[in-house]
This record gives sequence, C-alpha cells and structure tokens, in this order.
Amino acid sequence: MDFRVASTRRLSSGGSDAHSRLSFYLTAPTLEVSLEEFEQYALDRLRVLKGLEEALSRGRRSEELEALVIDLWRKYMRTSNGSDLNKDIISHFVLRLVYCRSDELRKWFLSMESSLFRNRFHSEAPDDQKRFLEDNELPYKAISTSDFESIKDKLVQVARSLNQPSPNADSTFYKVPFEEVPELVAGRKVYIHKGQAYVPSTQLTFLVAGQFRSKLSKALVLTYRKWMSVISEEESDRLAPIVEALSSRYLGPDYSQGKIKSEVALQDMDDLAKTSFPLCMRHLFFKLREEHHLKHGGRQQLGLFLKGVGLKLEDALAFWRSEFGQKMGVERFDKEYAYNIRHNYGKEGKRTDYTPFSCNKIILSTPGVGDHHGCPYRHFSEENLRAALGSMHLGVRIVDEILEKVRNRHYQVACSLTFEATHGSQTIGINHPNQYFEQSRKILQPKVPQELANDNTETTTAS
Amino acid sequence: MGQPHVDAMEVDSSRNVRDSTTDYMQVDELPAPEQNKPADVFSPEYLRLYYSRLFPYSDMCKWLSYGNDGKHPGCDSSYLNRREFSFTLDHDIYVRYVSFRNASEMESSIRDRCPYKIDIGAVYNVDPAKRTAYASSGSEKVFAPVERELVFDVDMTDYDDIRFCCTGADICLKCWPLMTIAIKVLDTALREDFGFEHILWVYSGRRGVHCWVCDVKARRLTNEQRAAVAEYFRVYKGNENNTKKVSLGGSAMHPSLLRAYVEVLRPFFEDQILSNQGLLQFEERYGKLLDMIQDDGIVAQAQDRWQSSRRSSETDVSVARWKQLKNLLESGKHKGSGLRRCVEEIIFSYTYPRVDFEVSKHMNHLLKAPFCVHPKTGRICVPIDAEECDRFDPTAVPTVADVCITSFIYLNAVL
Repeated sequence: MDFRVASTRRLSSGGSDAHSRLSFYLTAPTLEVSLEEFEQYALDRLRVLKGLEEALSRGRRSEELEALVIDLWRKYMRTSNGSDLNKDIISHFVLRLVYCRSDELRKWFLSMESSLFRNRFHSEAPDDQKRFLEDNELPYKAISTSDFESIKDKLVQVARSLNQPSPNADSTFYKVPFEEVPELVAGRKVYIHKGQAYVPSTQLTFLVAGQFRSKLSKALVLTYRKWMSVISEEESDRLAPIVEALSSRYLGPDYSQGKIKSEVALQDMDDLAKTSFPLCMRHLFFKLREEHHLKHGGRQQLGLFLKGVGLKLEDALAFWRSEFGQKMGVERFDKEYAYNIRHNYGKEGKRTDYTPFSCNKIILSTPGVGDHHGCPYRHFSEENLRAALGSMHLGVRIVDEILEKVRNRHYQVACSLTFEATHGSQTIGINHPNQYFEQSRKILQPKVPQELANDNTETTTAS
Repeated sequence: MGQPHVDAMEVDSSRNVRDSTTDYMQVDELPAPEQNKPADVFSPEYLRLYYSRLFPYSDMCKWLSYGNDGKHPGCDSSYLNRREFSFTLDHDIYVRYVSFRNASEMESSIRDRCPYKIDIGAVYNVDPAKRTAYASSGSEKVFAPVERELVFDVDMTDYDDIRFCCTGADICLKCWPLMTIAIKVLDTALREDFGFEHILWVYSGRRGVHCWVCDVKARRLTNEQRAAVAEYFRVYKGNENNTKKVSLGGSAMHPSLLRAYVEVLRPFFEDQILSNQGLLQFEERYGKLLDMIQDDGIVAQAQDRWQSSRRSSETDVSVARWKQLKNLLESGKHKGSGLRRCVEEIIFSYTYPRVDFEVSKHMNHLLKAPFCVHPKTGRICVPIDAEECDRFDPTAVPTVADVCITSFIYLNAVL
C-alpha cells in the first residue's frame, strides 16, 4: 500500500485528501529517514503508548481515554513540516522491531497499539471511518430492513441490557461471524444467532480494531522471525544498537530474577508480610497460612511475587511444602505442586523465567469461586475491604479516603494511600507489588547498600 | 503395523512380560473375588480386561479422524497421527506427546501400558512424537497446535458454595440437577447462538460433565476466540471476598440469558433446587441468599418471619418461604433499581452453569477421553444424550467391574 508524503493535512473531517489518516500498517514504508529521526520518532511514539498504559491501569473510562489519546498524539506526534502520517507509520514500524523480540514484549505492544488504534478510530468522524473501511476493503455487510425487523426485539433487548438507547429503523447493523468480534461476544454486548453477530454501526470500532489486532499479531511474529534470521545480523552496527537501547531503556524494573540484589530469609516472612507486603499479597499470604492451600491463581500471583522479593527456589519449595503439607501431606505436595513451583523459577519445561505480575495484570484478572488472588481494591466488596484495611490498623478517616478512591476506580492510588498511611511517608505511584515491597523496605530498613538505594527509582510512568 | 509413538521419558522398566498373543476367541480369566472383601468397582485386572475387550478403539479413531481415514484424495493420512494423547500410568507416571497412526496402534499401546487415564489434546502441525525437531527458535516451522475441539468442563466442586446435600467429591441425585441445567443451557446456546451442530457430552466419571464441540469452525478457533466463548457463559463472578456475585445490569437481560432463565433456570430452581437443597430451611443457608438483597428492610422482614416460624415438613419450607420472599421483593420494587433484578440474580447465582475457564481457553489443554474409567469410582465416562439428560442418573452409570462381569457372563453364555 503506497501512501503519499502528506504535505498539508487538514485535521477536521471532510478534508480534501482522499485517504484516511489512520493505517493498518500493512507494509513497511519505503521512505528515507535519518538515524536521528529513526530513534526520535520511536521515542515519541513510546511516550504516547506509555501515557496510554498508565491511563488504562488507572481504570480511566473510554471518553477520558479518547481525549487523552488526542492530547498525547498532538503533543508528541505532530511534525513541523506536515509529515504527520509518515511519522506515525515510521515510528510504528521502528517500535515493531523493538517489541517483536519476546512473547511478553509482543503482548504489551499488541495491547497498547490496539488500544491506541481503537481510540483514534473511535474519535474519527463517521465519514472518515467509512473512508477507512473503503480504503482497506473491509467486508462488513449491512443487514437488510426485513432482516432487521425479524430480529428487532432481540436487538432491543441487548441494547437495554447494556443501558444503551434502543435501535430503530435508522440504525445500521452489520452481520459478522462471531469469531471477528471476540470482545463483544465475551461481554455479551451483542446479539448472536447461528454463529453470526449483529453489530451496530456504533460498534464498528470493535470490528475494525479486531482486524487491526489480528493483523498486527501475525505481523509481529513474522517481524521477529525476520529479525532473528536476517536483520539483526545485517544491522548489527547500525539499527540493532538503537533497537536494543530503546527496549531496555523504557521497560523499567520488571523484577525478574536477574535484577534482584537482595535475598529474603524464610523465617522473616511473617514479619515482612505484616509490614511490607501490599494488601493483595498480604491477603494471599495469610489465607495460605490459615487454610494451608491456595488455588492456582493465588499460587501464581503470590509465588511470583515472592520470587521477585528474593525468595530462592529451595526456600520457596520449603515454604509451600510446609503450608500445603499440613493439609495434604508432603508426598502429595511433592507430586502435584512442586513441579509448578520449579516451573515458575524457570527450571522445568520450556524454562521461561516468569516475571511477577504487575498491578495492571492483577487488576485485570478475574478471581472466581475459592480464589483469593486479584486486587483487593478492585475485587473485594466495600465491607470486606474495610475490614481488611482495619486489620492493618488504619484509622476510619483514611479508610474512607481510600474507599473514595476505589469508588472512582483509582485502585492503584488507593494502594498508594495505604502505603502512605502505614509507612508515614509519601510514595510515587504504585505500579507493581514488588515496587511496593521495595519502597517499604527502603523506608523500614534504611541501612541498605548504596547501589540498591539508587536503583529502581525510575518507574514506568510516562513523563 | 509399526510401533506406537510414545515419548522417551516414560519410566517403568519393570513391566511384566505378558503373553500378548491371547487368542481373540478365548475368554480371559475373570479375577477371582477376594474373600471377605466387598466387590471392587475398580481394579487393574478389570481395567486390563476392559481394554482388551470393550474399549471402543475404532470408534474413537473414526471420530478423531474426521473423515481423514478415508480413501479419497482429499484425505490427510497424517491427521490422526498429529493428535496428541497423554497417558497417566499407575503410580502417577505421566506421559505426554503420545500419538497413533491408526486404531490398531492405539489398541496395542493402550493394552500394553494400561493407562489409568487417557487425555486427548490438540492436533499439531507435526506428529507430537517428532516435535523436538521443530522446537528450536529461528527455524521456519514451529511446533504448534493447529486444531482442537472446543471443550467445556463443568465440575460440581465449583458449586460447593451452593449445595448442601454433599460436599467435596460426592454427588447425589439432589445436586446432579445442577449438571442437567448446565447441559441444557450450554447445549442450547452452543446450537442457537453459536450455530454449532456436532456436540458431544460426556460424564466425567465422578462429579461433572465434559462437552466436546466438534464442528470444523469450532476446531479452528484461536485461544482468544475460545476465551471469548467461555466468557460469554460467565455470569457468576466472585468468591467469598465479595457478596454480590451476579450482576444483571440494565433494564433487560441479554436474549441468551433470558432464554436460559425462562426455559431452564427458573423451572429447575423453583421445582427442584429449592427443595432438594433446602435452601431456605436453615439460617446458615438462607443467610447467604439474603446477603444478595441490597435492601435491609426486606432482609429484616424475611429474617423475622423465618426465625420465629415453626418448621413444617422439609420440602415445603423452602418453597413457601421463596414465595414469601418474592412477594416482599415485588412490593419493594418501586424503591429502586437495586431490587429490580433481585429475583433473577438470586436464581442465576444458584443455577447458572459454572464453566472452568482455563480448560476452554487453551487449544492445547489435555482433557480426559470418553470411555475412560475413573480409578476412584470405577465408573466409565459414558456419553450423555443431551436431549434426554433429564433422565441421566450418575449413580447408575456402569462401573468397569459391572461391564466386565456382564460381558464375562454373556460370553460364557454364548460360548
């Protein structure tokens, strides 16, 4: 797909250009670009993506997200000479090189770019959206009036179940195989019949975003293979160093094993849990002590956290064995659970060194019956949260303040408030349970080697 | 006939040398019942007999070949061989990446190893036994799943917080209706909403049911799409840390939920579950239900009435109290939207299917094969006819001992 070098782009809809300013990024650009632009464009786009990530983890609503995306885009992605579209495309492809190189990087990039696209598309005017559909030849069929009449009552039901206005004769609906709109199906936000989903035009964004996501997902894997087999060799002097620098500079601390400098002793665990664990891990830890068992989600969340805290594999095995053994006997533990713990430390199977979950991931998890993982600020009822905070000896006023934050869905801010109240000092935003732990240790145990005090001060928040 | 492909990591070199040339027309000796011991429902000897006479190898392979075992040019003869199976042997030895080229290889492998459990995994792009040739990154072909039935696992332990007749691994005819509900709701939705047609339901051998959706479209779903289908069926969200687990927002229900409610959930709840489980009989039980009601006034009224009333016969109490509660809720509806869907939410909490999300989501998840024998109960994992599922009785499912004895008697009589 060729695109013109855009010299004058009108930002309002109904502009004179025939092509949409959004792109599926199907083919790499054939433009020339300097190495400085190569790096700078990528950094600017990364700032946009990071800003979006922060907003998502704070649980911002879609209207706020759209406004934020427009702001971020205006701030970082405008060019002085009107070549906005080029910067958009070039920066995307550079970041593809950076983020194709591991499963976790790809997942993050896919998630952020999809969200970015979705918000940009949604904020386009309907005519511009139609133009995009035409440019990209997307096969979504509007249904006929007679089809509409025959399923109208079902469509009305769906709309009402979502507290949305009911469709009428003017609404356009598209008939689409359900596989194309997994998000809508998952949320029961659409009427499906015999495998076809009936998607209103207002939901067009989901359709198009789904296409974007699946195309990008495939492309990332191909890019990775190409990078590994061809590009990194050829570009070892030129592009490769820039790409490496970009990825390590912006990921912030991820608490994987290589970076842990401190160790934690088994006998200190109960004390540490009381003073330095964030509420999510406290809850899991004490539930484990109480019931001598945790379901899979809890074992993962707590187990990886403890790994990040510095618990060695042998100690971890001893710890879990001593708890589970009380309920089920040591043999059964060794047979059924020890393998998974070693797997988490990268000692079995495909030997992936799993990283501890970030707040974002924990907030988005879905604990079910018998589970205790997840984020208490998100997943507990108000009563239970109040009780949990009370057991940490927090006063009524501060608990009210925290609950206020929770009602507004600022879960991580609520956690920061808890930190401040229990440690008597300010903290920068909490993005990761291990970050909470390290901050806490820093305050409660100030005699720390200088290298550790200087390390981990940068977080993943965007500037 | 070549060797069955099995993973090299299997252990157990102390196999007895067996005479593998048993003439097909001879009847194997039935294990002699031990003195002073109740008839076993399961034993390794029964299992061996079952595998030698009764396990349906050719039907299993015919199913899983999906027509590729035919002669016409469109058939892919490598298809069955690319399917992963796994065996759980005695002493919990677990063997993955087992594969077979045909039914007779499957038969000799199973009769040889006598697995206590057989799982079915995905169809991969290459024979799983040869996967290590493709494992290194950077090579063009990566070992990856290509197809796999859409599967669901409904397990009674996920309903432990709402059943009071049994706990843990036990099931009975009072709580089994929860499984019947799951089959009806899911089967209807899979056919009506998703358009699937080839659906197999199987008893899991102890306390649940499995569902295998075999349509081509279903086999080709990605993990994300499977997760979406599983999520479509998720209504009950939560655990002991929150009290309100079903949230039917909005002024109407999604058509799929409404259909389930009207056709299955409400009739089963009011005609069977209420009295089977005595849901409103004791305070420990109705307290939980009342927790779901956001109106303290109504809750207090109900509690007052029930704490002081004399108990009539078991089955009447819950039904009568439910009527009272519905009236209270109806009269309180004007107070606000919190109560509008209360009756429905309660019923959904106590009946709507609870599917294991992780089982459905991953293409390469290994799920127990039909016609396995459950080692603890001896029961055979028999298929369930969804249209007759009201009549399915899990306590009457034949055990491996039953079928061995029956076939022994039959064969003796015939010969």
